Amino acid sequence: MNLTLFLLALFDGIAYAALVFIVAVGLTLIFGVMRILNVAHGSLYAMGAYLTASLTTFVLAAGLPPVFAFPCMLVSAVLIGVVLGGPLEWLLLRRIYHKPEVLQLLVTFAIFMILEDVQRLIWGTQPIFQSTALQLMGNVRAFSVNYTVYQLILLPVVAIALLVGLRFFLRRTVAGKLILATTEDREAAQAIGIDADKVFLLTFIVGAGLAGLGGALASPTTSILPGIGADMIVLSFAVVATAGLGQIEGAALTALLIGLGRSFAVYVWPETQVLVPYLIMVAVLLVRPEGLFGSPSARKI
Amino acid sequence: MTIRTLIPAILLLLLALVPFGAQGLQVLLTLALAKGIAVMGITVLLRSGQVSFGHALFFAIAAYGGAFTLMLMPGADLIVVFLLGLFAAVLSGVLVGLFVARYRFIFFAMLNLAFSMIFWSILEKFYHYTGGADGMRLPRPTVFWIEMERGTYELFMFYFALVLAIGLGWFSMRWLESPAGQLFRTLKTNETRLQYLGMSPQRVMMNGYVLSAMLCGTGGILMGLVQGVVTPEYAYWIRSGEMVFIAVLGGAGSVPGALVGAAIYEIVRTYASAFAGDVWQMVLGTFLLIIILFAPGGIAGIYNSLMDRIAGKKEDGE
Amino acid sequence: MKKLLMATAACALLPFAAFAQDKPEKLQIGVTSFLTGPASVFGVPAKAAAEILAEDINAAGGIQGVPVELTFIDEGAGTEVLTTEYRRIVESGADVMLAAISSGNCKTLAPLAEDLKVINIMWDCGTQKIFEEDDYNYVFRSGAHAGTEMLAAVAYLLKTKPDFKTIAVVNQDYAWGRDSWDIFSAALTALRPDVEVVGEFFPKFGSADFSTEISRLQALQPDVILSTSWGGDLDTFVQQASQRGLTNNSTFVLPLAESSLERLGSALPSGHIVGARGDHYWDHPERRDDADFQAFMAKFEEKTGAKAIYPVFHMSQGMAAIQAAYDAAAAANGGDWPNEDQVIAAMAGLEFQGLGRPVTLREDHQGIEAQLMGTSVQGGELPFATLENMMIFDGAELTTPVGQESVAWVGTLQPGWVDTLTVETFEN
Repeated sequence: MNLTLFLLALFDGIAYAALVFIVAVGLTLIFGVMRILNVAHGSLYAMGAYLTASLTTFVLAAGLPPVFAFPCMLVSAVLIGVVLGGPLEWLLLRRIYHKPEVLQLLVTFAIFMILEDVQRLIWGTQPIFQSTALQLMGNVRAFSVNYTVYQLILLPVVAIALLVGLRFFLRRTVAGKLILATTEDREAAQAIGIDADKVFLLTFIVGAGLAGLGGALASPTTSILPGIGADMIVLSFAVVATAGLGQIEGAALTALLIGLGRSFAVYVWPETQVLVPYLIMVAVLLVRPEGLFGSPSARKI
Repeated sequence: MTIRTLIPAILLLLLALVPFGAQGLQVLLTLALAKGIAVMGITVLLRSGQVSFGHALFFAIAAYGGAFTLMLMPGADLIVVFLLGLFAAVLSGVLVGLFVARYRFIFFAMLNLAFSMIFWSILEKFYHYTGGADGMRLPRPTVFWIEMERGTYELFMFYFALVLAIGLGWFSMRWLESPAGQLFRTLKTNETRLQYLGMSPQRVMMNGYVLSAMLCGTGGILMGLVQGVVTPEYAYWIRSGEMVFIAVLGGAGSVPGALVGAAIYEIVRTYASAFAGDVWQMVLGTFLLIIILFAPGGIAGIYNSLMDRIAGKKEDGE
Repeated sequence: MKKLLMATAACALLPFAAFAQDKPEKLQIGVTSFLTGPASVFGVPAKAAAEILAEDINAAGGIQGVPVELTFIDEGAGTEVLTTEYRRIVESGADVMLAAISSGNCKTLAPLAEDLKVINIMWDCGTQKIFEEDDYNYVFRSGAHAGTEMLAAVAYLLKTKPDFKTIAVVNQDYAWGRDSWDIFSAALTALRPDVEVVGEFFPKFGSADFSTEISRLQALQPDVILSTSWGGDLDTFVQQASQRGLTNNSTFVLPLAESSLERLGSALPSGHIVGARGDHYWDHPERRDDADFQAFMAKFEEKTGAKAIYPVFHMSQGMAAIQAAYDAAAAANGGDWPNEDQVIAAMAGLEFQGLGRPVTLREDHQGIEAQLMGTSVQGGELPFATLENMMIFDGAELTTPVGQESVAWVGTLQPGWVDTLTVETFEN
C-alpha cells in the first residue's frame, strides 16, 4: 500500500466516521443520561432521512432554489426531535424508568417495530433518492480521484462542530450542566432539586433530533429505503458500548476507529469490511471493560 | 391437585393431542416449542439480572452445526445431528462465556451482541462454505436409522420437541432451585455478597451461561431440523431481540412462561402476517407495548394473579 | 380466531380428493412475494401485476371457465412465517403456488412443495442450482436462471465492447451476487482469457455507502465495472458513482438495472450496459405494438404510476404458465377439468407467453427464456434513461444443457462462441 492509497483510505474513513459519529452521538447522550439503550434510534435516523428527502423534493417543486435543501435538513432534524422524540419520552418512556432494564430496552424495541411499519406506510417501499444537496456542492479532486465536497468536507466539519458544540453545551450552559449532573449521579442530582423529568425530556428530544440530523445528512448520499434503520442501530450500539457510557469524546474516537478500520479493510482485504466494527468493539471491551473513556463504576454493597 | 397445577396439566395434555385434533397447528407449535426452549435460555439468564442481546448466536451455531454435520456426513442420523449441533452450542457457550462472564448489564448485553454479529457477518461472508444469506439446507435425516416421510417426521419432531421442552423446562426449574442456581440468582440480588462467601462470580456466571447456551442451542437445532434450512438470520440481532421479547411476554424469569410466550408469539406473528399483511411488525410492537405497560409480569404474572384471586389468598411471588 | 383455527385444522384433515374432477368453483393460486423488506421493490409491482392479470383472466371467463383467486404471502416476514403460511395456504386448498422471488426461499420451498404435493412455479428466483442439484416432480420455473442471464450479459458486452482489458466487480454479498459473479467470471475466463480482473468487492447486502469502493475503483481505473446488484443497493452505487465521475471513465455492466431505470433518473448516463433478467422492458421492441401488451402497460401504469419492470414480466409468465398448463391438460382430458397429475403431465414441453417472447419448459422443468440487453441512453422525452442498441438473444443457446452444472459448462465455451449466437438487434 503506497502513500496515495493510504491517504485515499484516510479520506474515505474520515468521511464515513463523521456520519457514524453524528448518528451515534445522540444515542450516546440518551444512554448516558437516561441509561436507556434506545433501539428506536435507528428508526428516528431513518425517518429523519425520509423526511428530509420529502421536504427537499417539496421545496424544490415549490420553485425554491436548490440551496434550500440544507435548511430542510435542519427542519427535519428538529421535527424528528420535537414531534416524534418528545411525545415518545413523554407518553411511553416516562412510564418505565422504574421498571427493570430489560423492559426499558423492550419498549424501545417495540417502538422500533412500530416505526418500521409507519415508515413503510408513509413512504412506501420504493427506494427514494434526493441528492440535491450533494450535487450542489460539487466534487473535489485528490490524487486523480473525485470526492464529493459534501462527504469529504461538509460532513466532517458538521461532526467536529457537533462535538465542540455539544461539549460547550454540556459544560458551559445551565441546561447542559443539569444534564451532565444527572448523567453523573441521577439520585444526587434529584436530591439537589434538579427536575429529572425535564432533563430526561430535553435529553431525549436532543438525542432524537441528532438521530434525525444523522438521517438528514445521510439522505443525499444514499438510497432511502425500508431497513436502513436496523443496520444503523447496530453500528451505533457498537460505538456507544466501545466509547463508554455516555462519553461523547469516546463516541468520536470510536467512530473514527470504525470509519478508518472499515475503509482500510476495503483497500487491504475487502472481505473483512463488515467485521471491523464488531472486532474493534470486542477488542476494546476485552482490554477496557468500561469502554474507551468509561470509568469503573463504584461497587454497591 | 390445586387448580394452579391442574390448568398447566390440562394444557400439556391438549398440546400432546394437537396432532390428532388440530393438525394444522402442529408444525407451528413445533417451531414455537423450539423457540420456547431457546427462550428458556434467556429466562435463566434473566434470573441473574442479565440480558443478552446476542443469544441468537447459540441458536444459530447449533443449527449450523447440524447443517455442517449433514453436509459432511450425508445420511447422518437425527440423533447424531442433534447431539453434534448441541455440542457446538455448548462449546461456543464455554468459549464466549469465558470472555463475557465478568461483564454485567449493558456491557454484557453489548458484548453478546457483538459476538453474535461477528458470527452473523462470517456466515454472510463465507458464502462458499456457509451458503451466505441463502443459508444451508438440512435434508431430512433418518430417525434412529429409519427413513421417514415428511408427515411422520414432523409428527416425530413435534413429540421430540415436546418431550425436550418438558424435560429441559423441568431441569431448568430444578437447577434454579439447586445450590448452583441459588448462587446464580444471587448475581442479581447482591453480587458482592457472593464474593464475601468466597465464590467467584465469574464461575457462577459461567454455569448459568453455559446452561443458557445449551438451551438456546437445543432450540436452534430443533428449529433447523424442522425447517430443513438454516440462514444467517438465525444469528441476527433482531432474532436475539425477539427471544428477549418472548421471555418478557411469558413472564421474565418464568420457565413455563417461556413456552407459553413462544406459542402465543408464534401464533400472533403468523396470523398477523397472514391477515394484517404488511403491518405485522406494528401489530407485534403494539402487542409488546401493551404487555409491558399493563402486564409487566407477562403471562406468568397474569396467570399467577388470576390464580391468587381464585385461591383467595396472596402467595409470595417471584 | 378459534373458528379460523378449527377451519384450518378441518381443511388439513380432509383427504386429498382423487375422484373424477368436477370443475371447482375457483382456481386458488398462492403467490409469495416481498411485500416488506428491501426486495419489495420487486414484490410490490409484481403483486400489482398479478392482480391485474387475474382480473383480466376472470374478465375473459377464467381458466377453462373457472375464475382464479389469488392469495399473497409476504416473503419478507422471515422463513418461519413464510413456510407456515405456505403450508397453511396449500392445506386450505390452493391448487398452484407461485413461489418465490428470493433464491433462498425457492431453495426452502421447493422440497416443501414436493412433500406437500402441490404444483409450485418458481416465477422469479434466479438460482441455477435448484434443478442442477435435485430433481423435482412438482416444481417448475417459468423463467430463465442466473446462468442464462449472465451469459447474455457477457455476450452483449463482448459484442459491443470487444476490446476491453480490465474488469472489476461490485456485487451484493449474498448468494445472487456471488453466484452471478462465479458464472460471469467463468464465462469471461473461457471466452476472453486475456481480460484481467482488477478488483472484486462484495459490500454487504443493503449497504448504504459505497464511497470507499468508488475511491478504490477510481484509483484502479478498470475498463468495465460489473454489478449485478439491484434495488436500493444498485441505486445508491450508481448515484454515488455517477456523482463522482466514475461513470465517465468505466463502462458499467448492470444486468439488473432495467428495474432501476426510472428511479435512477438522470443519474445513469448514456452508454452503459443494462439487462433485465429476460426479454423484459416496458418498451419491448417486438411486443410494444401488440394490443394486449399495450393494454396491460396502460393498466399497470394507471394502477402503480410507474413503468413495468422485470418482476412484472416474470409474474405474467408465471400466470401464463398456469393458464397454458390447465388449458393443455383440459384439452388432453377431453375438455374436462384436469386433475393435478394431468396438469403436471401437460407441463412437459409446455409453451406459454406472458408479456415477452414465448417461454418453453424443458424436461428438467427449467424455463427457456429469451434475454434482452441494451445500452442506456439519456435525452429522450422521458426524465430517465431508455435503452438503445437492444439485442434479444435466443434463450436456448444461452442455457446450460440438461444435466450439466452451469459454472462448469460455461467454462467449456470456446472463444468465438459469441459469434454463433442467434440475435435480433433493435436500434431503440
